[in-house]
Amino acid sequence: MPILPLTGNYAVAWAVKRAKVKVIAAYPITPQTTIVEKLSEMVEKGELSAKMIRVESEHSALAAVYGAAIAGARAFTATSSHGLLYMHEVLWWVAGSRVPLVMAVVTRAIGPPWNIWTDHSDIWGQRDTGWIIAMAEDNQEVFDLTLQAFRITEDDKVNLPMIVGLDAFILSHTTAPVDVLEQEDVDAWLPPRKQLYVIDPNNRFSMGNIATPKDYMMLRYDIEKAMNNAREVIKNIDKEYGKYFGRSYGGLVECYKCSDSKYLIILAGAWAGDAKEAVDRLREEGLPVGVLRIRFIRPFPVQEVLSYCNSMKGVLIMDRSISFGNAGPLFIEVSSTLGNLGKPPAMKGVLAGIGGVDVGYKDISKIMKKFIGEVEEQGWFVKRQEWYMPYEYEFMDIKS
Amino acid sequence: MVFNLRLEPDKKYIRPGDAACPGCPEAMGLRYLGMALGDKVILVVPAGCSAVIQGIIPKNAFHFPTVNIVFAAAASTAAGMATAYEMLGKDAIVVVWAGDGGTADIGFASLSGAAERNDNIIYICVDNEAYMNTGIQRSSLTPYGAWTTTTWTGKREHKKDLPLIMISHRVPYVATASIAYPQDFIAKLKKAASIKGFKYIHLHAPCPVGWKFDADKTVQVAKLAIETGMWILFEYYKGKFSISPPSRPYADKNKRKPVIEYLKVQGRFGNVTDEIVKELEQRIDEIWAWYLMLEKWSNEGKDIGNLVKR
Amino acid sequence: MSGSLIRIKGFSLPLSISSEGSMGKTGSWRTFKPVIDYSKCVSCFMCWLYCPFSVISKSEKGVIIDYEYCKGCGVCSNVCPVKAIVMVPER
Repeated sequence: MPILPLTGNYAVAWAVKRAKVKVIAAYPITPQTTIVEKLSEMVEKGELSAKMIRVESEHSALAAVYGAAIAGARAFTATSSHGLLYMHEVLWWVAGSRVPLVMAVVTRAIGPPWNIWTDHSDIWGQRDTGWIIAMAEDNQEVFDLTLQAFRITEDDKVNLPMIVGLDAFILSHTTAPVDVLEQEDVDAWLPPRKQLYVIDPNNRFSMGNIATPKDYMMLRYDIEKAMNNAREVIKNIDKEYGKYFGRSYGGLVECYKCSDSKYLIILAGAWAGDAKEAVDRLREEGLPVGVLRIRFIRPFPVQEVLSYCNSMKGVLIMDRSISFGNAGPLFIEVSSTLGNLGKPPAMKGVLAGIGGVDVGYKDISKIMKKFIGEVEEQGWFVKRQEWYMPYEYEFMDIKS
Repeated sequence: MVFNLRLEPDKKYIRPGDAACPGCPEAMGLRYLGMALGDKVILVVPAGCSAVIQGIIPKNAFHFPTVNIVFAAAASTAAGMATAYEMLGKDAIVVVWAGDGGTADIGFASLSGAAERNDNIIYICVDNEAYMNTGIQRSSLTPYGAWTTTTWTGKREHKKDLPLIMISHRVPYVATASIAYPQDFIAKLKKAASIKGFKYIHLHAPCPVGWKFDADKTVQVAKLAIETGMWILFEYYKGKFSISPPSRPYADKNKRKPVIEYLKVQGRFGNVTDEIVKELEQRIDEIWAWYLMLEKWSNEGKDIGNLVKR
Repeated sequence: MSGSLIRIKGFSLPLSISSEGSMGKTGSWRTFKPVIDYSKCVSCFMCWLYCPFSVISKSEKGVIIDYEYCKGCGVCSNVCPVKAIVMVPER
């Protein structure tokens, strides 16, 4: 089992190579650029038998790989921030067509002003589109998720496109050891591409002309049905991957020391690693804390969140972006899910690390200790937004 | 390549009962595409009249397998499809069928990208000279002086010369066509399909609703465009620029009908002033002169857009 | 016209298949109807060539118009070189 020192971006490229993708089209944007460069190199060296279409924009990039996918070829693209926003309309078109497709998103802040560092604004903006969306914690998971994405999207019960998210620079440009598996082993596990239909000269099918409102609503219902199916499919593939390759992450969520906790940190992305470190140290101080890492923000792990949070005294939800006018998107999703509980835990939504502000285990420990103190003192409460500002700024409270 | 009306098979690539307006030139054009290239055609259709003409799911008036796609992305989608068919060893001819909006305006960037990359597709711009599907708004291909709902006193910018822009992209094949001359269009389609690379055909398509003439006059108006010089048929292939036979007589200004003959049949030119007519006549003379110069240069072996060494 | 989406493996899909009448019986749109005078028709097939909607078909008799779908635009009448087609007000 070859372990290579790879950046998150190169891990994506290696997974794409292992999946034997046939058509790649991407437009460069920091910090996704090295994915495309590495794939170009692999293609030109003959390591990957694929065609690269050097498109002139991200909108065209997704359109081109969509064209390849609907014609029957396994295709891939990658982007970030403004590029993702530019192709937004096409995301809806791909999901609505029910064509399996995989895309890597290197999560990056959105301007103005220009900001190339990590936050989750871009990826959360895609949550309504019908794409399955996952976020990785480390480079190994980036590789595993990207590879699994081809299985998940092409599953008979799913047939929806998928985004694999990785944090800008923290994962994309940081080198870590990644097991890239042997090609023969991947070939045995990942079957050749299948999809519900193909547009080609062998039949007279067309896609996408006008539908009546009633038919349109039925089609939307079926997309949601597929999303729901995806929950089981994702879990099964994660388990099966564990059997084949020795790595399993827990399905839609990863529970880190959360089953015997009274307090949870709920978050998604690379900083979950820092949260785990914080939890280790807090536990040494006797605090009963755990991490519930959300791996898939779509389909949202409703059952898992409910069952893990049920017995908690408090949950702290950390967001690396904000839905202006309400709260952080993960807070909105979790708190609306916990509305199903008769006795929900205390909840606080913390906005931190926005625009790439560095957040480490010390910050998370501080935030968590403060939260636990407040719950122990005041009892149950819900605080929608607390901004953890960099030390140069005051600790800001927005009353809501 | 003789086109014999009697022998031409009666295979309906546009099925009866579609949603197009009576007299629609786009439907005509699609029939000729079917006659020329048949079952191997895969159509990529962005938003526009042709997206709506297909009718309502689960039925489709097109006998071509068609991918409907968002407005600005037709050329890129087609490029992706053509690449996939090549990788999968499938024999297909990928054709973009886009209106003037989806080609010259919102789709311009992806058109230029596909042309510059020499993607292996046939790109057909079916030009009805305005954003017809949304109710007759002006586009960059609307002619000078024409009424549209966004140019009530007549457009004051000249029609963008898109075919020449495509020649400047140095693609292997650029041609103009008209629905009035189906044999010419069909011959050009067949030639385009025999070439690997980016082929561009600009099809003039008079729209009865948007240009405001009676639905039975579609072909008549299209012929008048050629006879007055408002539209010129040419072919650019292997570095040679040549005026096509239907337009050849009108190289001679004396043989050209006065442009007013073309304008007076169309309600959209109902309020043209003498200034506009003069501007149009001048423009016709200029463009004819320019095209004849290009033909002369290419006959002398001058490179008007290299491609032999592609 | 709706209610019968194409389904594959249990999912409704935004697919369509080549068929006539995708917008219904468009013959009902007509206000004028083309009528062929077969004594004048020379089977040159110009009307067949220019009909936008493929409602004119070739046959032994010459050309036949499918009135179920003909929209009555009159292009056939306009292009006929021997004036064999006349547009007659519909009822």
